[in-house]
Amino acid sequence: MQKAIPKTPLIEFRSVTKTYGTGAATVHALAGVDLVIERGEFVAIMGPSGSGKSTTMNVIGCLDVPSTGQYLFQGVDTGTLSRNQRTRLRRHFLGFVFQGFNLLARTTAVENVELPLIYRGLAPVERRKLAIKALERVGLGGRIDHGSSELSGGQQQRVAIARAIVTSPRVLLADEPTGNLDTKTSREIMDLIVSLNRDQGITVVMVTHEADIAAYARRVIRFVDGRIDSDTVNREAA
Amino acid sequence: MFFETLKLAVQAIRRNALRSVLTVLGIVIGVGAVIAMVTIGNGTTAKVTADLAKLGTNLLSVNPGQFGPGRASSEAKPFNYRDVEAMKQQLLGARAVAPLAQKTATVIYGTENRSTTVIGTSNDYFLTQDWDLSAGRTFLDGEMRGGRAVCIIGETVRSKLFGREAPVGRSLRVGSVACEVIGVLQAKGQSSFGSDQDDVVIMPIRTLHRRLAGNTNISRIFVSAKNGGETAKVQRDIEWLLRERRKIAPGKEDDFSVHDMKQILQATAGTTAMLTGLLGAVAAVSLLVGGIGIMNIMLVSVTERTREIGIRLAIGALESQVLMQFLIEAVALSVFGGILGVILGLSLALLATMALGVPFIVSTGIVLVAFAFAALVGVVFGYFPARRAARLDPIEALRHE
Repeated sequence: MQKAIPKTPLIEFRSVTKTYGTGAATVHALAGVDLVIERGEFVAIMGPSGSGKSTTMNVIGCLDVPSTGQYLFQGVDTGTLSRNQRTRLRRHFLGFVFQGFNLLARTTAVENVELPLIYRGLAPVERRKLAIKALERVGLGGRIDHGSSELSGGQQQRVAIARAIVTSPRVLLADEPTGNLDTKTSREIMDLIVSLNRDQGITVVMVTHEADIAAYARRVIRFVDGRIDSDTVNREAA
Repeated sequence: MFFETLKLAVQAIRRNALRSVLTVLGIVIGVGAVIAMVTIGNGTTAKVTADLAKLGTNLLSVNPGQFGPGRASSEAKPFNYRDVEAMKQQLLGARAVAPLAQKTATVIYGTENRSTTVIGTSNDYFLTQDWDLSAGRTFLDGEMRGGRAVCIIGETVRSKLFGREAPVGRSLRVGSVACEVIGVLQAKGQSSFGSDQDDVVIMPIRTLHRRLAGNTNISRIFVSAKNGGETAKVQRDIEWLLRERRKIAPGKEDDFSVHDMKQILQATAGTTAMLTGLLGAVAAVSLLVGGIGIMNIMLVSVTERTREIGIRLAIGALESQVLMQFLIEAVALSVFGGILGVILGLSLALLATMALGVPFIVSTGIVLVAFAFAALVGVVFGYFPARRAARLDPIEALRHE
C-alpha cells in the first residue's frame, strides 16, 4: 500500500450514488453524496432507517461499491479495485464493530481477536501477543480465554473492539456499537471508543440513531432520503 | 496459513462431532468395502496361485466322457484296472498314474461318527497330489493287490474322530467295513474351490470296489508327467492310448477327456481376479454416494455459518481463504472417513480371510488408492459448497440471522 500523500483526505465521497434493484423497484439508497472525512476525526452518522446511513458505512468499509461517483480512500479510487484488493484494504486499514458483536461462537476471546491477524499471515506467537495487548487495551486482560458465551454483552463488545483495533487500523467503523447494550454499559463502551480516537488517533466513523450516543462524536452528519441533511460540529464533545 | 486453516477445519468438525461422524459414514463404508473386497479377493487369488505352484508335477486329470454343453459325462463308460495298467506301462513320460474311485460314507470311531468322502486309489495318488503323511505309512503292495481293509485318514477326520488319541493301528468303521488306520495325511486345508481336502479317508482301490462300491468302476485317473517332461506330449499319448483301448473309430469324438489341472486352476485364478475387480468397482460406487453425503452436509454447514463467513470476509478474509477453509474442512472430513474406512476394511478382511482359510494379504496399493479416492471425493464434493461460501456477499451474510 502506498504512503498517504499529505493533504489527501482519508475518506472522500464524490457525488456517490447507490441504487438497488431495477425498473419500478429501484431504490436510491444514496442520491449523490459528497463527503470528506479527515484523519483523526470522530464522526457520527445519524438518520432514520432507509436514509442511507448503513449504505454509507458499507461503502466506507469497502463492503459495497458506489453505483456512480467515486469513493477515494487515501486518494485511491476504490471503484477501480478488485474484490480481493478491497479485502486487503479492509484488512490493513479498517476495523469493524457491529451492533450484534458478531463474535465467533464457541471460540475464546483471544481467538476471536487473533482472527484478523490469521488472515494477515502473522506467526502464532506474535499474533497472541498482539491479541492479548488489544484485550488489555479494552480492559479484558483477565478474560482472554473465556468463550464468548461466558461474557456479558458489554464484554463481548469489548472483545469485538479489540478485534477491530488489533490490526492498528486507520479507521474504526462502528455500526450501532451500543445498540444491544444498557445505558451504563453503553457509556463505558463509548468512553472506550472516545479514548481510542483521542489517544491512538484512530479515525472513528459510527452509525447510530441515538442522540446521546452521537453526542460523543465531534462531528454529526445527518442523512435523510439518501442525502446529507446536516453536517454539524459538536463542540461539547471531548 | 495452511495449518491455521486446517486447525479451523478440525475445530469446526469437532464442534459437530456426531454430525461429522454420521456424514463420513458413507465414506467409511465405501473405503471399508473397497479394501475388504479387494483384500479378500487378493487372498483368494493368492491361495489359488499357491495351489498352482504346488502342482509342480504337471498333473493331468483323465475323466470318462466329455464335459461341456450338451454332453452328458455319465453316459460314457468308466475306466477299468487294465486301462490303468496299460497307461502305467505305455506312458513313458508319466511319473505316476493314480486311479480314483469315490464314495461318500459314514465313518465311525467309538462314539464319534461323521459323513466323509472315501477315495479308493493307489500310492501314486500321494505322488500326484504332492501329499505327505504326518504319521504312519502308505499302502503295501500286498494290501493293494489283496484289497485289504486298511486306510489312511485326512487331518479333519483325525481331529474330529480321534481327538487327542493316536489313530494309527486303531480300527475305524467305514460304512460297513472295519478298517485299520495305517497313516494320517498332513493337513492341506481348503481346495481352490472351497471344499475341505482333509475331510477324507483313503483306502486301496480294490478295497473300496469290493467292500463299499460293489463294482470296479474307475471314475478318474490322475497322471503326473515326469519333471521336465512335456505335459502336452503325455496328454497326446493318453488320448491315443485310450482311443485305441476304448475302440473309438477314427473321426469319432473322444468319449473321455484329459485336462491339465494347471489350466483349470489358472482359469480359476483368472475368474477370482476378475470377481475381485468387479466387487471392488461396486464398492467404489458407495464411495461416490458417501461423497454426495459430504457435499450435502457441507452445504448445510455453509448456510448455518453464513454469518460467520460474513464476519470473516468483513475482517479481511480473502475469497480464496474462505474457499480453502471449507475445502479443507470437506477434505479433512473425507480423510477422517478414509482412515476409519481403512481400519474397518482391514478388520473385516482379516476376519473373512481367517474364516475362509485364505492368506491375509494387505495390498498397500489398494489402501492408498482407496484413501486417495476418499480425499479426492472430499475435494470434488467439497468444492461446490466452499465456492458458495467464498462468494457470499459480506453485507448479506452479516445480516443473515
